[in-house]
Amino acid sequence: MITLNHYLIVSAMLFALGLAGVVARRNIIIIYMCLEMMLSAANLTLVAFSRFHLVDGLPDYSAQALVFFTITVAAAEVAVGLAVIVALFRSKQSVDVEAVSKLQG
Amino acid sequence: MPSLLFYFFAFLTLGFGLLVVTAHNPVTSALSLAASFVGLAALFISLDAYFIGTIQILVYAGAVMVLFLFIIMLLDIKAESGKKLNLAAVVGGIVLAAVLAVQVATVSTSLSLGGKTLNEVPLTLQKAGTEMAAGKLNLPTISNDLKAGTLPDTKLMGLTLFSKYGFHLQVIGLLLLVGTVGVVVLSKREKEATR
Repeated sequence: MITLNHYLIVSAMLFALGLAGVVARRNIIIIYMCLEMMLSAANLTLVAFSRFHLVDGLPDYSAQALVFFTITVAAAEVAVGLAVIVALFRSKQSVDVEAVSKLQG
Repeated sequence: MPSLLFYFFAFLTLGFGLLVVTAHNPVTSALSLAASFVGLAALFISLDAYFIGTIQILVYAGAVMVLFLFIIMLLDIKAESGKKLNLAAVVGGIVLAAVLAVQVATVSTSLSLGGKTLNEVPLTLQKAGTEMAAGKLNLPTISNDLKAGTLPDTKLMGLTLFSKYGFHLQVIGLLLLVGTVGVVVLSKREKEATR
């Protein structure tokens, strides 16, 4: 049977995949996608705990409200981040993170 | 939810997630991420979070992924080919991810709630419905649904958001407004540049 641990492990693996992508990839758009994946993995943990930790026989809706806020913030973050990427592309003609090294001493 | 379906959607989520990280073509990555999010939405629905599952598909697999694809095609980003991989970063990423996964697995197995299955923590809808009908804050639309044995997920979500987290919701609305203004300012070409 499927227990809470199953959901937590799937969530941890998804988060780890996203983390590996952020560290290893150099295409800034793919780094953004991996960030989204990590946020979604955190959402899965929240929803799993909301279902398994009942309040008066119902799922804990405070956790799901937090997930709602996370999704909203992630959407706003993507919009702003992609605008930054477009601005970056205009000045560097590249989406490689190593093209931006002005602060690198 | 039958175990088989859980494993199917978990593999869908993780498999396409792996493809996001390993694919060379950004378009492949974006489409895999959309597929991964659909699998994740199915997992949300298996946890009785119908509203969250729906907005996961609408907002992530719909809006956010279209935005990503739009930018990839607008900038006309080609697949990175022939570039040698930064070996230190790849190894570092894999090691970091493995350490994190082991850590979470260790913590979750020592969790008292961890071994419970969904059937061991059943929703007591009728009882919650009668309690709500007798309580101070009684919304018949919710308590009648509960008494009938269905989970009015979206109604309960709305009740939580607009009663308990009303202020937070307005702050989030403000954040979206600031984000919109920020995007417009960022995308606007500066006057000196056009002259």
